[in-house]
Amino acid sequence: MTDTINTISDMPDEALTTVGEPEAAEASGEAAKPAPKKKLAKKVIILEGVGMKFRLADQKVDNLKEYFIRMIKRKLNYHEFWALKDVTFHVRKGWRVGVLGLNGAGKSTLLKIVAGVLKPSEGNITVKGNVVPLLELGAGFDKNYTGAENIYLYGTMLGYKRDFIRTKFAEIVEFSELGEFINTPVKNYSSGMKARLGFSIATIVEPQILILDEVLSVGDSKFRKKSEKKLKSMMKKGVTVLFVSHSTAQVRKICNRAIILDHGKLIANGKVDEICDIYENMIGVKGED
Amino acid sequence: MKQLIKNLRKYKDLLYELIKKDIKLKYRNSVLGLLWTLLEPLLTMIVLTLVFQELLGRGDEMYPVYVLSGRLLFSFFSGGTKAALKSVRANGSMLAKVYVPKYMYPMASIISNYIIFLLSLIVLVAVGAVMHVKPTVYMFEGLIPLLIIAMLTMGAGLILATFNVFFRDLEYLWGVALMLIMYTCAIFYKTDGITRHAWIFRYNPLYSVIVNFRNAIFGEPLDMYHLWFSFGFSAVLLAVGIIVFWKKQDDFILYV
Repeated sequence: MTDTINTISDMPDEALTTVGEPEAAEASGEAAKPAPKKKLAKKVIILEGVGMKFRLADQKVDNLKEYFIRMIKRKLNYHEFWALKDVTFHVRKGWRVGVLGLNGAGKSTLLKIVAGVLKPSEGNITVKGNVVPLLELGAGFDKNYTGAENIYLYGTMLGYKRDFIRTKFAEIVEFSELGEFINTPVKNYSSGMKARLGFSIATIVEPQILILDEVLSVGDSKFRKKSEKKLKSMMKKGVTVLFVSHSTAQVRKICNRAIILDHGKLIANGKVDEICDIYENMIGVKGED
Repeated sequence: MKQLIKNLRKYKDLLYELIKKDIKLKYRNSVLGLLWTLLEPLLTMIVLTLVFQELLGRGDEMYPVYVLSGRLLFSFFSGGTKAALKSVRANGSMLAKVYVPKYMYPMASIISNYIIFLLSLIVLVAVGAVMHVKPTVYMFEGLIPLLIIAMLTMGAGLILATFNVFFRDLEYLWGVALMLIMYTCAIFYKTDGITRHAWIFRYNPLYSVIVNFRNAIFGEPLDMYHLWFSFGFSAVLLAVGIIVFWKKQDDFILYV
């Protein structure tokens, strides 16, 4: 991508940042504003000092009975836990950003915040364009509904119009390869069938921002190839991607940029090869993964 | 506010789909389908009439209409609030995956119940015709309590949906509360002779709605006290419901 070259000259922190220096990060945010003069792609995801705090109860109290018992015994102890802390970065249109990090580093939390599902406890997030999360495909289906009915339900959930879904209906069914099973209740589907249908619905529109978690294990190898092909064609057209993975090999293959999260902090952000090298060193030293 | 309207426009098709799903799934695999909506209140009416009219011998020709009107309104309130209460939690897994305005869920369950309720009023019309209830202009007044009960149910539903996210045993408590509400709504008895604890019938908004609905059916003017009380109560409850839901909705995902 040509814009990365511009970026490096424009914003020194972009190429390789050891974050933890919020000043540098903020400076980049300001420096970016007069950017339109240069041919930089539009920023589509902007995170500014994003933090996500979870309140963990020692034991999950989710009913009134227990709540009152514990209130009387004064045993309502919580401790706070920051899944993300002071994360600042941005993603420009067409960037494919790999999100690296060990388990519990805050990757999923970050994706959920970008998807709009979680609201950050502090900081600001701006997302421009429609986000399609390809996470746990088919999780949103109603199991008593048939595949066909779920196409409308899930489609409208993703914010598409009914008329639009109607025009794309045949295409979705065809891509999912479900054939006549489309009129069977989803509870009788295999997980692969559900994932195929979910993928077909979610990708019927060219999304502006795509969120991927690990590699898509959609159905059998034949369908996987097909889905990878579809994703690749989207990427060629310049869709912005956030891709979560443990594997640097996958990230190098798919992404052109990467960030590393460690215990909720953004510790590196830059071009994919440099960041992957850092990450490989990091986990090599820690001896984990 | 602008954002809200924009959102509502974007997701109105989802609301439509959710309502359709509620209604469709309710009657799927039942032989009589939507006909149950009509048959069920009719059968209950017959049972209650047999018990209170024939066995206990209260002389009132219009008793079937009386009991049916009360029961229909109550079962909308009860069904609507129960469905709304469960709605957010039931869709919890979805909330964690895709962003959707969260009020869609309680709103859809109440609207679908309201649609079924309005359909079930056909039974009332039929029974009224058979019993020779005289049609009067006052019947148009009936629209007012029908609007008030929608507000009341929506308000209660939003509050219950919110708290049920945090306390999942609320469902059982609300079941008991509904029983109490039912017995204080004068559905199958008349309040005429009751002097002890008569205040109960002054401070029960659902009873106020039922009174005015019956007034409309039986060709009497609306009772102003009950009209203003039920309207005021419902408006306040709806406002509280919206505020509570709005303030807590970002926490839902952490609990469902």
